Amino acid sequence: MSVSYLGLSEIKGPLVALDGVKDASFDEIVELTVEGINGKEKKTGRIVELYEDKAIIQVFDGTENMSLTNTHTKLTGHPMEIALSQDILGRTFNGIGKPMDNMGPIVSDIKRDVNGKPLNPTEREYPRNYIRTGISAIDGLTTLIRGQKLPIFSGNGLPHDRLAAQIVKQASLSENSDEELVIVFAAMGVKYDVAEFFKRTFEESRVLDHVVMFLNLANDPVVERLITPKVALTVAEYLAFDCGKQVLVILTDMTSYAEAMREVSSSKGEIPSRKGYPGYLYSEFASIYERAGIVNNSKGSVTQIPILSMPNDDITHPIPDLTGYITEGQIVLERSLHGQNIYPPINVLPSLSRLMKDGIGAGYTREDHQDVANQLFSAYAKVGDARALASVIGEDELSDIDKKYLQFGRAFEEQFVGQSEQENRDIDTTLDIGWQLLHILPKDELDRIDTKILDKYYDRY
Amino acid sequence: MEKAGKIYGINGPVIYIKGKTDFIMGEMVYVGDEKLVGEVIGLTSEMTTIQVYEETSGIKPGDTVYGTDSAIYVTLAPGILSNIFDGIERPLKSIAIESKSVYIGRGMSVDSLDVYKKWKTEITVEVGQTVFPGTIIAKVPETKSIVHKVMVPPNTIGEVVRVVKNGEYTINDTIVVVRLDDGTERNLSMTQKWPIRVPRPVDSRYPSTKPLVTGQRILDTLFPIAKGGTACVPGGFGTGKTMTQHQIAKWSDADIIVYIGCGERGNEMTQVLEDFSKLNDPKTGNLLMDRTTLIANTSNMPVAAREASIYTGITLAEYYRDMGYHVAIMADSTSRWAEALRELSGRLEEMPAEEGFPAYLASKLSAFYERAGYFKNLNGTEGSVSIIGAVSPQGGDFSEPVTQNTKRFVRCFWGLDKSLAYARHFPAIHWLTSYSEYLHDLSQWYNENVGADFVNCRNKILVILNQESSLQEIVKLIGADVLPDDQKLVLEIARVIRLGFLQQNAFHKEDTCVPLKKQLQMMEVILYLYDRCKELIAMNMPVSILRKEDIFEKVIAIKYDVPNSTVDLFSQYKAAIDRFYAHIMKTNA
Repeated sequence: MSVSYLGLSEIKGPLVALDGVKDASFDEIVELTVEGINGKEKKTGRIVELYEDKAIIQVFDGTENMSLTNTHTKLTGHPMEIALSQDILGRTFNGIGKPMDNMGPIVSDIKRDVNGKPLNPTEREYPRNYIRTGISAIDGLTTLIRGQKLPIFSGNGLPHDRLAAQIVKQASLSENSDEELVIVFAAMGVKYDVAEFFKRTFEESRVLDHVVMFLNLANDPVVERLITPKVALTVAEYLAFDCGKQVLVILTDMTSYAEAMREVSSSKGEIPSRKGYPGYLYSEFASIYERAGIVNNSKGSVTQIPILSMPNDDITHPIPDLTGYITEGQIVLERSLHGQNIYPPINVLPSLSRLMKDGIGAGYTREDHQDVANQLFSAYAKVGDARALASVIGEDELSDIDKKYLQFGRAFEEQFVGQSEQENRDIDTTLDIGWQLLHILPKDELDRIDTKILDKYYDRY
Repeated sequence: MEKAGKIYGINGPVIYIKGKTDFIMGEMVYVGDEKLVGEVIGLTSEMTTIQVYEETSGIKPGDTVYGTDSAIYVTLAPGILSNIFDGIERPLKSIAIESKSVYIGRGMSVDSLDVYKKWKTEITVEVGQTVFPGTIIAKVPETKSIVHKVMVPPNTIGEVVRVVKNGEYTINDTIVVVRLDDGTERNLSMTQKWPIRVPRPVDSRYPSTKPLVTGQRILDTLFPIAKGGTACVPGGFGTGKTMTQHQIAKWSDADIIVYIGCGERGNEMTQVLEDFSKLNDPKTGNLLMDRTTLIANTSNMPVAAREASIYTGITLAEYYRDMGYHVAIMADSTSRWAEALRELSGRLEEMPAEEGFPAYLASKLSAFYERAGYFKNLNGTEGSVSIIGAVSPQGGDFSEPVTQNTKRFVRCFWGLDKSLAYARHFPAIHWLTSYSEYLHDLSQWYNENVGADFVNCRNKILVILNQESSLQEIVKLIGADVLPDDQKLVLEIARVIRLGFLQQNAFHKEDTCVPLKKQLQMMEVILYLYDRCKELIAMNMPVSILRKEDIFEKVIAIKYDVPNSTVDLFSQYKAAIDRFYAHIMKTNA
């Protein structure tokens, strides 16, 4: 039924312009067939601007081999869609949702627009159930809650991938839940090794048939990765809200996604805001991160762990900064802890879980959880002051109490934050370690703990 | 004839119509077959520019744009309170029911307010009476807490010729008929429509002399805001902007709260909705939701509607102010609104000023904050609109354009601090960077209504905190041990103030909201302790001996140990301090 247009009027970076189109609509997907020297090549594009009969098309697969004369363009009449069914579990796709595993396409009547729609706040359910990761720094101090979006802020060379893999391996919904966790993994511009590492991890932990993978590797077309997280989240929403599953989405690396956005924006000639990123970076991030949560009348949930590498370890860079404003907390990895051979190198002070307060305590974890967490944060903040003072006047000159804090700080980093990659601690172990560490400090220094809790637990350890 | 135009171009939320049209600037339009709501934002002889409040995918060139001849407006009538709307006053609960979906679809045409519900109405005017703009013609109990006063819309003066009997009516039923000066009759219902970008008229402004009591110690005592005042809460992510706003929305003594979630998290709006539907208003004992209306335009909802949400919120607030209520607006966050301006400005290819923000950012901000104030209304009642705007500075850096421009137009600055938040000192409002210009205007009220010593105590507390900060500079270099005892005492008392007074636990039953009287008495006890200790130090008692006693910890724990209702317990603390003094004298003299 649809007409095919021969030729293009302009090619500029990942964008092409087409004149004389009829009945095109904004955001529509087009199919491009390129007759190159190596035979026919199919590409997919999306209409990003439209002026009367002129369409600006963003080509996901890159504009290589395209000329102004060798391209046939066909309108599909609909925005980017993906077919969805339960069979999608265990499959691997490329960045725009085309199968890569030679198992054929997904056949289903259910097709969804990958852009998704905003969730109605009145239909959301406030997340309250925690996910145990077996990692003390996360479970104890920045608890992950079902339906939360909790990113890992990392830097190049830090073990964020290993941490994410450990979370995937160990994550369990609660101590005695028989529900299974389904994982949607979206890689944007990551190295081959990283993708391979995750694949191997899923295999080793025998969860491969519960994983859906979308891979856009570092050498894959840049524009393609703009669509990768959206496809992945459309699948996640389907599995969670239609099929009632608990879905954990890992998005890595959001920095590559933002870089791709900058690249396309600059070739569109848009006015840049901070560091050359487009002004709508926040809105674009939000359209991804906000697709996490729990809704009324559905058992499922979408929990997101996006990973991003902070350029030059700078937490004020627009990418981590805007992310932090949207997500419900962050887990921050720290190079100096990594240097001290502490794994996972989580700096707990800037780390935060906004939903933690409602998902812990009696009935969820343990009654003393919040108090212990507060006290550990507060005491570890003082360690920083004591260390700063020690670096000026020397450790010997410190007051006794400051020396205690130094001792506490070292023990906290080694025993509480530090653990092995195979170690899966339950919540009691985590809190018990917390109490043992607090024991290093005199009782009257523990000013964040309710007196009743303090009397009940302090002398047990 | 209906005005219409054909779409020429589409770029994200901005669409263009070629050629000369007779649309007017700011006119509300419907775009395409789905009738997406839009607004005319630019007119030239060659091109009309329209911003669309909904997702534009699927729109085609050649689709029709229909005019409405009216500016973007909100519907004002009973039913606003305990409801939740999007940025252009579409009710989210009705959308959910109508669309049978957990998502927000496009082109949903639902009435802003329930037009079928019958409200119990009491008519307050009589036939023959002359009515003016703002005259209250009927009273409707809208919720358990709030009586909605139906008013004559601005620009209507005349004589009442007919009224209906008291009874139950919908918001569109005619309840009063007025004969205007030119002899024509006008039917008045409970409904008014008002353009969101135009402030509602008032008689005159009053100076701000009454505080908006929030129950938060650091705000009420150190940096108070007046009823009709403006404040901004800037802070990086995780420093507690939203928490501060939630606390004020819950506990402040405003009659009505308009909570605008502008480009923020969906879960936060759900939380407000859940919490406020459970918690009781300390003033009336009814549900908090009974005095609250929520505007939720979360970050993933269309950006143009985010820009409008701030104006929708303030127009609703002004409407309740006209009835004689004190309204407080929480705008979380104005930075997202500024970013929406930037995004649209970028799409329009306007010349950017600082950091890509449009040059008119400052004038838009000032126009918004100037809609706050304590007013004499057209009908003679008094009401106020206070604005508390959160600012999310990029990288937590207060020198960025939104924070700097906001600072110029607000009189209260509650700066949130990252290092306090990292140490989990909440509220993380930093006492050295924050300020309030209202303190002077409110001093008289405090001294008359709370205690003659209130402002005096407040100043003393702030002086101690400032002394501590300069002493800390020395401590950082050489340690606290080398300081003389009187300075060590300053550090110790400052610690008591920080832990016992400034830190406030929002999750503790007693501590979450504290009455002014208790705040004053807490300050008095702390200062009394300071004075007695100073006497001891003057007699060469070292601070180390004083610290062995548990009196400091006891004073810190006042916030938990003394219930808000039994403030007379404070005399026991003064007695305890005297005993401590006597004990030290006895054992060490």
